[in-house]
Amino acid sequence: MDILSLFITVPVLTILALVFTKGLRQARIVSMIGSLIQLAMTINLVFAYFKERDINQDIMVFTKDVVWFEQFNIHYAIGVDGISVALLLLTAIVVLAGVFISWKMSDLPKEFFISLIVLSIGVYGFFISLDLFTMFVFFEIAVIPMYLLIGIWGTGPREYAAMKLTLMLMGASAILLVAILGIYFNSNTDGGPLTFNILEIAKVNIPFEVQKLFFPLTFIGFAVIGALFPFHTWSPDGHASAPTAVSMLHAGVLMKLGGYGVFRVAMYLLPEGAQYWSWFFIILAAIGVIYGAFSAIKQTDLKYINAYSSVSHLGLVLFALLMLNKTAWNGAILQSLSHGFMTALFFALIGMIYERTHTRDVRKLGGLLKVIPFISAIYVIAGLASLGLPGFSGFVAEMNIFVGAFEHDDMFYRIVTIVSVSAIVVTAVYILRVVGIMLMGPVKNKAFLSLEKVTWYEQLGILLLLIPIVGMGVAPLWISDMILASLHPFIHGVP
Amino acid sequence: MNIDSLLVMRQEISLLAIILLLLVAEIFMAKNKKHSIVHLAIFLFGVHTLVGFLPLTENSLFGGMFRTNGLIHFFKNVLNIGVLILLLQSADWLQEKIVSQNKGTEFFVLLFSSLLGMYFMISSGDFLMFYLGLELSTLPVAALAAYETANRKSSEAGIKLILSSALASGVSLFGISMLYATSGSIYFADVIELITATQLTSLGAILFFAGLAFKISLVPFHFWTADVYQGAPISIASYLSVISKGAAVFILMILLFTVLKPLIHVWENMIYVVAVATMFIGNLFALRQQNMKRFLAFSSIAQAGFILLGLIAGTQLGMATVVYFVLIYVFSNLAAFGVVQAISLQTGKEHIKDYEGLYRTNPNLSLVMMLALFSLAGIPPVAGFFGKFFLFTAAASEGYYFLVFLAVVNVTISLYYYLLVVRAMFLRKSDTPIPFFKNKIYMRIGLIITVIGILILGLYSPLYDHIYELSGNFNR
Repeated sequence: MDILSLFITVPVLTILALVFTKGLRQARIVSMIGSLIQLAMTINLVFAYFKERDINQDIMVFTKDVVWFEQFNIHYAIGVDGISVALLLLTAIVVLAGVFISWKMSDLPKEFFISLIVLSIGVYGFFISLDLFTMFVFFEIAVIPMYLLIGIWGTGPREYAAMKLTLMLMGASAILLVAILGIYFNSNTDGGPLTFNILEIAKVNIPFEVQKLFFPLTFIGFAVIGALFPFHTWSPDGHASAPTAVSMLHAGVLMKLGGYGVFRVAMYLLPEGAQYWSWFFIILAAIGVIYGAFSAIKQTDLKYINAYSSVSHLGLVLFALLMLNKTAWNGAILQSLSHGFMTALFFALIGMIYERTHTRDVRKLGGLLKVIPFISAIYVIAGLASLGLPGFSGFVAEMNIFVGAFEHDDMFYRIVTIVSVSAIVVTAVYILRVVGIMLMGPVKNKAFLSLEKVTWYEQLGILLLLIPIVGMGVAPLWISDMILASLHPFIHGVP
Repeated sequence: MNIDSLLVMRQEISLLAIILLLLVAEIFMAKNKKHSIVHLAIFLFGVHTLVGFLPLTENSLFGGMFRTNGLIHFFKNVLNIGVLILLLQSADWLQEKIVSQNKGTEFFVLLFSSLLGMYFMISSGDFLMFYLGLELSTLPVAALAAYETANRKSSEAGIKLILSSALASGVSLFGISMLYATSGSIYFADVIELITATQLTSLGAILFFAGLAFKISLVPFHFWTADVYQGAPISIASYLSVISKGAAVFILMILLFTVLKPLIHVWENMIYVVAVATMFIGNLFALRQQNMKRFLAFSSIAQAGFILLGLIAGTQLGMATVVYFVLIYVFSNLAAFGVVQAISLQTGKEHIKDYEGLYRTNPNLSLVMMLALFSLAGIPPVAGFFGKFFLFTAAASEGYYFLVFLAVVNVTISLYYYLLVVRAMFLRKSDTPIPFFKNKIYMRIGLIITVIGILILGLYSPLYDHIYELSGNFNR
C-alpha cells in the first residue's frame, strides 16, 4: 500500500471498527485512535514530501495510477504537491480536534462518528486525486454526510438548513459534472486519447472557445462550496444549525475544497478561460469580502457572525486566486490554511460557550473572561488572528494576498483591491465588538458564575488548533516555501 | 433442426419446463401443504437463474425469427436476477395473502409466462415474434395487477393496465404495419437493408415508438403508471417498474440502434423532447407524493427519462451504458420496493409520514432504503452514481451538453424528494413509529442481495468492460 492510499484506507478501517462499537465510550476512543493515526501519517507525509522533493522534480510526487474504467480512460490516479500536503495537514488536525470536541456526543454516537469520518474520507480523497472523475466522486462523498450530520445532530431549523446546504452544494456539483464532461471531451484536441487525468489535460491546448464556455461552469461548480457571493447563502444557515464539530470541519476543511478545486481544475486546466473571465469573478469575490464583513457586524448570533466572517475570508481566497500571480496565489493557499485553523477554533470555542451558557446571543452574554478565563482568552487570541494581527497566521496570508493584488497596475485591479482591503477594518470592528460585549464588562447573568471549567479534551482540541495558528504566524517561511515551489506549473498558461 | 440448435433456446425451454412442473405439482400437492409451492417455485427459479449463467453462442433459429447473442443472453440473466430477488422479497406476502386463498400456483405461472414473453420479445428477429412476445409479457401482468381481488384499487389497476397496454400494442402494431408496407418485410435483417427515410416510415417509427413508450412509461404516455403502481400488489408494481421497463428499454434500444438506424434524424429529436419532458414531469410530480408506491412510480418515470440520454447517443458506448444502468437500476429499485413491501406487510403502512423515526426502531431497513435512494439519486460511492455518470458521458460524447445540463438540474430536483424520505427515516422523531420487527429469511436474503449489488456493481469496473464488449455484437 502506498503512502497516499493509506489516507483512504485508514478511515475506511476506522469506520469498519466503529460499526462494531457499542456506546459513546468505545465509539469516541476508536475515532480518536483512527484520527491520531491519520495525523501521524500526515506529519510523516510532510517530512517525506520534503525529502522526496529534493530528489524528484515532478509536479506531483508519490503518484500512483491504476486503470479503473478502461472504456472511459478513468484512472484511480493520486499524487500530491506542496499545496495538497499543506491542506491534508489542515484536514488531519481539524478532524482530530473535531473528535475531541464531540467527546460528549450522546445521541447516536456511533452514527455521528461514522458520518464524520465518511466526510473526512471525501476530503482526503479530494486533495490527493489527480483524476477528475475520482476527484468528483470524493467531492460528493464529502458533501452528502453533511445532510445527516446537520439534520440529525443539529439545532434550530436543522431540517431546513440541512436541505438547503445539500441541495445547493449538490446542485453546484451537478453543474461541475457538465463542466468536467466538457473538459474530458476536449482533452484530445492535440490528438491524444480522451483523459480525465489533470496532469495530462494540462498539457493539452484546449481551444479558447471551449475554455470560455466551461470556465464559468467549473468555477461556479467549485466556488459555491467556497461561499462565492451570491451562492453563499447555504453557509450561514448551515453553520448555525450544525453541531460544533461539524461546523468546525465544514468551515475549516470542507469549504477549502472550493478554493482548491478552482485552483487545481478551473485555473490550471482552463488558463485562458480564467483570464477572460477573471474580471467578472473578481467583482463577485470582492462583493463577498465586503458583504460578508458588513453582515457579520449586524449579526447577534455568535455562529452567524463567524459564518459571515467565513464568507468574507474565503471571498478573499477566491479574490486572490483570480489575481493570477504567484504572490497572490501563495497568499490564497495560506489564507485557506489560516482560515481553516482559525474558524475551526472559533466554532470550537462557540460550542463550548454555548454548552455552558445555553445561548449564542451576544447580547445576553457578558463578562465571560471572569468566569471561564481559558476559553475567553483563547477567543481573544483567535479574534486577533482573524483580524490579521502580525504574529498570527492571518497576517501572513492577507499580506501576501494584497501585495500580490497590487502587482497589477491598472485602475480596475487597484480599485477592487483597495475596496477589499477595507474589509480588514470592518473585520476588526465585528471581532472587537464581540470581544468587548461578550468577554469584558460585568457578568450579566447570575447563572454564569457557576460555569463548568474547561475539560482536558476541550483543552486538547483547542491546543491542536492554536499551535498551527501561532506557528504559521511566527515561522511562515517553511510552509510558504512548500507552497511556492508547487505554484510553478500553474503559471504556464498565464503570461 | 437438431438438439444443439434447441439449446440456443434453453432459457425459454427451462422456464417453460418450470411453468409446466408447477402446474403438475399443483395437482398432486396435498391441500394442507399448498404453502410449499412457494419454496418449490423459488428453488426452481433459483436453479434456472444459475444455469442461465452458462455461456451461450450466438445463433438464430426459425429462419431468423428467434436470435440470441451475448448481450441478449446477458440481459436475460439480468431479468432473471431481478425476478429472483422479487420472488424472495414477496415470498412472505405470497405465503400469507395468496397461498391461503389457494392462488399460489397461478401467481407463479402468470409471472413466469410474462417473463417468457419478455425473453421472446428481446430475442425476436422479426416484428411478428416481437409482437407475440410483447403481448405475452403484458397480458399476464394485468391479471396479476388485479390479483388482490378483495381490494377495489387492485381491480382498478388491472383494468387500467390492460386497457392502456392494449391501446399501446395497437398503436405499435399500426406502426409496424407501416414499416412493413414500405419495406416489404418483417424480418429485422431485411428491414435494415430496405428501409429509407420517407414520411411513411417516419410515421411508422414514431407510432412504433409510442407503443413501447407506454411500457417504459415515458411522458406523455405515463398516465397509467402511478395509479397502477398504487393499486397493484407491491411485488407486481416492482415487476412493472423494473423487469417490464427494463425489457422494453432493451428491445427499444436494439431496434433503434439497428433496424431504425437510417431514421436516426427522426428519432433523435423525438427522444430529445421526450427525455426532457419525462425527466421534468416525473421529478416534479414526485415532489408532492405522500404514498411510497406513487412516489416510487414517479421516481421510476424520471429514471426512464435519464435512460433516454443513453439511447440518444446511438453508439456502442450508449448501448453498453444503458444495459449497465438498467442492471444497477434493477438492484436499486428492488431494494426500495423491498423495504416498502416489508413494512407494508408487517404494518400495512405505506405513507412517507409513517416512516418517521424508522431508523431508531428498524435501523437495518432504514439503511437499506437509504442506500437504495442514494443509488437512485446517483450519489457516490453507490452504484447509481456510476450508471448516471456514464449515461451523461454517453450523451455528452455526441455533443448534447445542454441535454446533460437539463438532466443534472433534474438530478438535483430528484435529490430533494429522495432526501425527503431519508429525512422522515433519520431526522424526524415520531410518537408512534413503526415498531421493531424481524424479517423472515427470504425477505432478508432478497434485501441483502440488492444491497450487495448496490455496493459492488459500481466499483467493480470489469463488469462494465464486459458489457461493453458484449454490446459489440450489435455494432459491427
